[in-house]
Amino acid sequence: MYVAVKGGETAIRNAHALLAETRRGDTSVPEIGIDQISEQLTLAVDRVMSEGSLYDRPLASLAIKQARGDLIEAIFLVRAFRTTLPRFGYCEPVDTAQMRVERRISATYKDIPGGQVLGPTFDYTHRLLDPTLAGTTTEPPAPARAETEDGAPMPRVTDLLGDEGLIEAAPSTGEYPRDLTREPLSFPADRPLRLQNLARGDEGFLLSLGYSTQRGYARTHPFVGEIRFGEVEVELFVEELGFAVPLGPINVTECQMVTQFKGSSAEPPKFTRGYGLVFGQSERKAMSVALVDRALRFKELGEEQSAPAQDEEFVLSHSDNVQATGFVEHLKLPHYVDFQAELDLVRRMRAEHTDPVHGDARQEAAE
Amino acid sequence: MTALEQTQTASTSAGMPAITYNFAYLDEQTKRMIRRAILKAIAIPGYQVPFASREMPMPYGWGTGGVQVTAAILGMDDVLKVIDQGSDDTTNAVAIRGFFETTAPGVATTTRTQDATVIQTRHRVPEQQLQAHQVLVYQVPIPEPLRFLEPRETETRKLHALADYGLMHVKLYEDIARHGHIATTYAYPVEVDGRYVMDPSPIPKFDNPKMDDSPALQLFGAGREKRIYAIPPHTRVVPLDFEDHPFKVQHFAKPCALCAATGVYLDEVILDDRGGRMFVCSDTDYCNTRQAEGHRGEMSALPEAAE
Repeated sequence: MYVAVKGGETAIRNAHALLAETRRGDTSVPEIGIDQISEQLTLAVDRVMSEGSLYDRPLASLAIKQARGDLIEAIFLVRAFRTTLPRFGYCEPVDTAQMRVERRISATYKDIPGGQVLGPTFDYTHRLLDPTLAGTTTEPPAPARAETEDGAPMPRVTDLLGDEGLIEAAPSTGEYPRDLTREPLSFPADRPLRLQNLARGDEGFLLSLGYSTQRGYARTHPFVGEIRFGEVEVELFVEELGFAVPLGPINVTECQMVTQFKGSSAEPPKFTRGYGLVFGQSERKAMSVALVDRALRFKELGEEQSAPAQDEEFVLSHSDNVQATGFVEHLKLPHYVDFQAELDLVRRMRAEHTDPVHGDARQEAAE
Repeated sequence: MTALEQTQTASTSAGMPAITYNFAYLDEQTKRMIRRAILKAIAIPGYQVPFASREMPMPYGWGTGGVQVTAAILGMDDVLKVIDQGSDDTTNAVAIRGFFETTAPGVATTTRTQDATVIQTRHRVPEQQLQAHQVLVYQVPIPEPLRFLEPRETETRKLHALADYGLMHVKLYEDIARHGHIATTYAYPVEVDGRYVMDPSPIPKFDNPKMDDSPALQLFGAGREKRIYAIPPHTRVVPLDFEDHPFKVQHFAKPCALCAATGVYLDEVILDDRGGRMFVCSDTDYCNTRQAEGHRGEMSALPEAAE
């Protein structure tokens, strides 16, 4: 005899208990600490802060632990927390020209004022698994540091190009940017809004879109004008005080892509900009954002639209991995009411297919 | 222990600031913003009002729109019911009810339709006629009825502004030309108050007539798509159709196997691998109430056997 399905509540509780146990894994292995994640899985933490849109290393590390290393799940945890936080105000634009640089490279010039600083990078490493890391390693030898004097100027490469008028002035709408997290996205979106969307967009999605522009889908002839990674100061203008007060330093990666522009009857040919700025160290993400940003600017630069990376609605509506994973995974939820409706229709249509005249009658008789 | 409590404990033990949440999770500023969107939606029946949807602690597509609407309207004296597929016991309904039990302490929850003041639902309208003091909150995955005919929001907003619903009528006509009848069985588009064509969320078309002239307020929340829309009480809601192909709801040949109800929506339950199946009420509260009143279907267990 059939008894209706009950006990969802107990089942969920048990599943979550099992999840907690699975997360911990073998208890004879020491539990991983938030500080270990924060210190040793720095790039994972950076990604979670960046796409979670919340600069907080301990919370991002906690999220990674809680999510068992699933970074999109960790990003989701951070976002759901971030959304509950009160807003005190909006900080002043960070000045990346004043960055305390840890890494700074340009692909367009051999040497630049302030020099090329490689910094901590995977570039030029041989991707050979290092068995010495499998055990507890001895402390790595202290690396030699570039002799940059504190306060030595490190002008942005695009500013050097700008002095000569070879690159467009940084385009500005002149208006205070709207806040993507406080207003629904509407189209057409202006550039500040697009850049906000891309900054919290999924690294993989943007990487593929950026890659597609290099393979001819909206080709923009990009050069890495400059990538810099380091510490910048965040400041908040306080009305009551009448000046900006520093809130503290954050690490960011900035990428300035320099791309070609034919010019028009009104304008001589010049280079154009694609821009990417992300929390932490993520050159892959910053470069992808810069490529996609440039592709999305096709209209203002009078270019033809021909590729997915230029399609504002397509790119901005699908870049968010928290939205994407939720909706894809919601297919796991029960859909049996709708499926029942479809079952009924398919049965009726099949009956009509076999016997077009009496299909309806036969089906009713069958029921 | 709920996930929420776990977060709180873990963060405090790691020396981080204690994480606290407002009543019904959302901060009051956000609730006000959502209420404004709801009021606008009520003022323009069937119109999709964009709102600054928040990330919620459950995934997009799992009811974040409905949860935000519910959180914005929930007061201490409310009684909340949450259903998914017509049932209070499906996992997602349990999870959302549990969410409000944790974040909105003091709000009573129920499984009884008649006792509830706010009913959050996914995919069904309760069988029992709703009353004027009740609010039905629908979870909506894709609020745009024209989305699968025109993927661009910029275009569909234009079509709504011009009340240009030709695309939809052509689609329904093509169904008839190809299959002999309209092949939409759920999320069947409706015209609200003679103006906007609206997606009723993926309820079976069986439930569409219940939306018409309902004494209860009906609110629709789409979190991922950032839209809220509404049907005020006693509003005309008409499913799209043609004079020679009028709208028809699904008809079930047999009554519910547990409570013998007819004229209700039934779920098909597969009993074995030899084609055995039974049909039972999708609305579990309706079915339980009828069984408690002594109604028996052909497969109901004897009272003592069911215990």
